[in-house]
Amino acid sequence: MNAQAIPAREAGYNFAYLDEQTKRMIRRALLKAVAIPGYQVPFGGREMPLPYGWGTGGMQLTAAILGADDVLKVIDQGADDTTNAVSIRRFFARTAGVATTERTPEATVIQTRHRIPETPLAAGQIMVYQVPIPEPLRFIEPSETETRTMHALGDYGVMHVKLYEDIATFGHIATSYAYPVTVDGRYVMDPSPIPKFDNPKLDRSPALMLFGAGREKRLYAVPPYTRVISLDFEDHPFQIQQWEQCCAICGSGDSYLDELIVDDAGTKQFVCSDTDYCAQRAQPQESRP
Amino acid sequence: MYVAVKGGEQAIDNAHALLAKKRRGDTGIAELGVEQIRQQLPLAVARVMSEGSLYDEELAALAIKQAAGDLVEAIFLLRAYRTTLPRLAESLPLNTGAMQLSRRISATFKDVPGDQLLGPTFDYTHRLLDFALLAEGERPGPPVDENTTLSNCPRVLGLLGEEGLMTPEIDRGEPVPDLTREPLELPASRAERLQALARGDEGFLLALGYSTQRGYGRNHPFAGEIRIGTAEVWIEPQELGFPVCLGEIELTECEMVNQFVGESAEQAQFTRGYGLAFGYAERKAMGMALVDRALRAGEYGEEVQGPAQQEEFVLMHCDNVEAAGFVSHLKLPHYVDFQSELELIRKLRQPQAEQTEADAETPAKEKRA
Repeated sequence: MNAQAIPAREAGYNFAYLDEQTKRMIRRALLKAVAIPGYQVPFGGREMPLPYGWGTGGMQLTAAILGADDVLKVIDQGADDTTNAVSIRRFFARTAGVATTERTPEATVIQTRHRIPETPLAAGQIMVYQVPIPEPLRFIEPSETETRTMHALGDYGVMHVKLYEDIATFGHIATSYAYPVTVDGRYVMDPSPIPKFDNPKLDRSPALMLFGAGREKRLYAVPPYTRVISLDFEDHPFQIQQWEQCCAICGSGDSYLDELIVDDAGTKQFVCSDTDYCAQRAQPQESRP
Repeated sequence: MYVAVKGGEQAIDNAHALLAKKRRGDTGIAELGVEQIRQQLPLAVARVMSEGSLYDEELAALAIKQAAGDLVEAIFLLRAYRTTLPRLAESLPLNTGAMQLSRRISATFKDVPGDQLLGPTFDYTHRLLDFALLAEGERPGPPVDENTTLSNCPRVLGLLGEEGLMTPEIDRGEPVPDLTREPLELPASRAERLQALARGDEGFLLALGYSTQRGYGRNHPFAGEIRIGTAEVWIEPQELGFPVCLGEIELTECEMVNQFVGESAEQAQFTRGYGLAFGYAERKAMGMALVDRALRAGEYGEEVQGPAQQEEFVLMHCDNVEAAGFVSHLKLPHYVDFQSELELIRKLRQPQAEQTEADAETPAKEKRA
């Protein structure tokens, strides 16, 4: 699908909803985040007209960076047509009047929840991630005061102990999404709840990666071409998910698959989670004579 | 063939239309007016204004109507509106000592200067359903004596303070932070704590306050004074150089007298917990005062024993807009992450299946959003 026609912008609200002072405050925090890759920058998060936990952090970042010429893509679970993706895309179409698209290469800003597109990103593109819990150490240490100190000291031993305990108990590292990474050899970062399948896409990506946690009022960033390494051990190297099946629609054997239960007997079918990637692959196949 | 959650725009539009229908109910019954809500559900309006951090009775009533009576949803609506408003000025500190009182009680003295004033209260009502209201019965208020004069009602804790029995609250003249503009940093100042508690969920503060009474961070509270009434709001614009009165707002203020502290028996002093809320909101103000005092444990060198005394726990979880949002986000699709968990759990179970273990215990694992 090509970029959709530019809709009329709703009067009564500032461009992209937030007022310019708030956007400036967020952009200042973003500059700091880009300057210190992986560091969680506190920012004066605002209430958005969507509930906390539904992407308010990502939306504030998108609002702060969006310009009139931008082309926005919004995905949730890799799909452009899931309810929350539709809702957020509509929000910016209404309040900013920007063009929207479902095509990954056409987008200048891609707001996402839980996935990175399969189509490789290009320089100049910006990914905006919705983050529920920005603190990778939170489930080991509930106190924010403590975890900030641990980051300051680079005290990440507990994280490796946790991964080691997984291996001792289960034989594998039992984290399959929101898998912690080290950014530029310094900060341990939560890549947001993307499946670990997507972690390698963060490493040295030509795109700018921005992460926004609205409820927790934190944002962080991975600048283009930055090293992003998933934590692992020499004898238990990081591995991504694999499927025995291929996508039932486009036949892809190397994309992230969603499992569908298609009848009462529990018959399973697997399809690409990235709907744009899948549609692009399926299109030429169908038009073939 | 592809039948995954296709949440088209049409479905969202239909859901909104159904919600509007649900809100309206039977169209044979007269529609509820915003002014009716404002006049006849004033306690709901008060709660929405307090936790929505915006004193506007009409908008709060509108939010209650729009939320179909769901007060947490109404609070969210008001907050989302408030965040778009510019900050024009900061008010001068309210003089609650000069409030025009509609209710004022103290549990610490039988009689106090200015007297006890019960005012409109549910206290001492027998909680019997009033079937007269079912028949839309009007109830006139009590007779009014037009010859009464206002008497001075100094704050009860002020009287104790003059005797040196209260730990003084020292105004260090520091700028007051604005929680809605700057992120909360921990440890927080008392001003930030009080702001967070004032916006905090009434039920959460009530339960935490209650927990301190039951021994989780006990600090012997007495309701030193609860006063409800109207106070004037003054601002002093820089270009004017003198204060002007903007109007008055209804407030509920609660001051708890708590156990004493001091270096020695001679220096022992009572301590204070403070609660303040918009409108008539006694339960909220009392819960807030209990939790405020509990959170001063560090200041008074008390051992932190209960959740109500843990600043980070209380402040990070007292906001119902944040809490409701994050809990409700579990309704959003999570099938990508769930798929990765499925893949993992199947992989984990593979060797166990070979060992034909009887106990097929699923490995307990922390769930993340």
